Amino acid sequence: MLFTSYEFIGFTAILLFVYYLIPQKYQWMLLLLFSYIFYYMADPAYLIYILTTTITIYFTACLIEKNADRQSAFLKQHKETLLRDEKKAYKDGQKRIRRRTAGLCILLNIGILAAVKYTNFLIGNVNGMLQAFGQEKQLSFVSLVLPMGISFYTFQAIGYLVDVYRGTVRAEKNPLKFALFVSFFPQLVQGPISRFGDLSKSLYEKHSFDSKAVCFGLQRILWGFFKKLVIADRILTGVTTIISDIDTYNGVYAFVGMVFYTLELYADFSGGIDITIGIAEALGITVQENFNRPYFSKSLKEYWRRWHISMCSWFRDYIFYPVSASKAMQKFSKFARKHWGDSIGKRLPVYAATFIVWFATGIWHGANWNFIVWGLANWCVLMISEELEPAYMQFHNRFHLDKKPAYKLFQTARTFLLVCCLNMFDCYSSVAETFRAFGTMFTAGNWGVLREGALLNLGLSMLDYGILVFGVIVLLAVSLVQRSGSVREKIGRKPYPIRVCLWFGMFLLIILLGAYGVGYDSSQFIYNRF
Amino acid sequence: MDKLLQILSELHPDIDFETQDKLIDGMILDSFDIVTLISEISEVFDVTISAEHIIPDNFNSARALYALIQQLEDEE
Repeated sequence: MLFTSYEFIGFTAILLFVYYLIPQKYQWMLLLLFSYIFYYMADPAYLIYILTTTITIYFTACLIEKNADRQSAFLKQHKETLLRDEKKAYKDGQKRIRRRTAGLCILLNIGILAAVKYTNFLIGNVNGMLQAFGQEKQLSFVSLVLPMGISFYTFQAIGYLVDVYRGTVRAEKNPLKFALFVSFFPQLVQGPISRFGDLSKSLYEKHSFDSKAVCFGLQRILWGFFKKLVIADRILTGVTTIISDIDTYNGVYAFVGMVFYTLELYADFSGGIDITIGIAEALGITVQENFNRPYFSKSLKEYWRRWHISMCSWFRDYIFYPVSASKAMQKFSKFARKHWGDSIGKRLPVYAATFIVWFATGIWHGANWNFIVWGLANWCVLMISEELEPAYMQFHNRFHLDKKPAYKLFQTARTFLLVCCLNMFDCYSSVAETFRAFGTMFTAGNWGVLREGALLNLGLSMLDYGILVFGVIVLLAVSLVQRSGSVREKIGRKPYPIRVCLWFGMFLLIILLGAYGVGYDSSQFIYNRF
Repeated sequence: MDKLLQILSELHPDIDFETQDKLIDGMILDSFDIVTLISEISEVFDVTISAEHIIPDNFNSARALYALIQQLEDEE
């Protein structure tokens, strides 16, 4: 059931109606029921996977917490009798048990994710190597179900388990409530990857009907539909045309394609997240924001603080910090300091941990070398920027350009183009094709075709371009206004007739300008496949 | 405390670490700084800051960070 389908709109409308009709203590149960119906309707086989993750993580978290509580009670009871070293040995022993228990459960769940997502990727690579060594024998690919949203809910559930292990949240005792945290349907498909400490505050609460919250939620959903149907799904035709035939559409077309794709990706993904947050808001539930106007960033580092925030912070808290703070990494740091000096010794652990994070980020996005190279390309740019930081500082201090609006605009445009280039790995079918398409931008010499109306050969008419330009201007204007606070709050302060006109106008725009129906494929949100 | 202040000021010479108490919330220290800090603290104070200690409360000010180091020294 797609977010942009009539079925989904009906499904959400029924939920909202019943949600505020039933006694409030049953609201979270209704959400659980609807979440499982949503997942069941996608494919009944998916339920096995989500239930396995839910059950294993639920019990492991309870076991870990029980062990931690037992430890506290024991230490309290023997406070006077135990020596300092005995206490430390006991605590270390118990911690080791908890770490191994959590580790096994994480391994199992990552194992499931890896098996369904990466088995065929691995077989493909083994076959490639066999061929390279002159072996005729090839392994057969296997047919596996890839459950919808598995990357998202697995990470969300693992994050919860680590939080319980670290003692930052208490384990949820009610298995059904925990099942809702894992399966909450608006965010099941493409995130955000919520933290238990944040989402649980409002997920299980009783919610009275609040007309403002429902109204704001519906407005946010409408805005999500605008981004998805008016911008993303309309520009999709142009992107598909360009990337499907690199021999015809190279040079300037490849440039246009990468810019179009970058716009499509943002409109599609952030539009989907708007719908998710809007539904949650209408239900009285707070889901964390996943974007903070990323294309306004002035560096790639800043961009990654503002794009897909929940995923980036997940990788930071559960991979980057544990890896860089690990004993092995600290030993490596000491070794590096001793042999190569303080300066390199300080930086190497950061670079090594960041390399692991970007490799993981790449492969998380898909079982494909394109994504791995995309991740590592991001890592390279970030590390080069880090190395050049002192030079930048010197340059800025000398010329005082960083405060000038024109220079800020230049930095923003430069970062946007950099992101466009990196996103090319996501578009083309292989790494080689990506590099070939990128190279043609400098070698094809066909920039003159723009004057001959070349853009009209991409399956988009003048009307399509008109709508796209309008859509992007609206998106840009809203983003600019957002910098000084919530747009909906601002509209909410306007007189009633203006508010009605604005939101009804938005609704009409989606109906009139949205790319849906016959001839359009609004079949997937891009991030559904991750 | 002086040793810690010296480590911090090497990271960001322009910040007054004795008074600043929003190092994380104010986005003065980023994840790269934190990892560099952990490595430096491990070298100078011979304590191990593990991932579970990396929370804003422990890194928002030099004072909070020093309290963490003292706690870890006591434990170790």
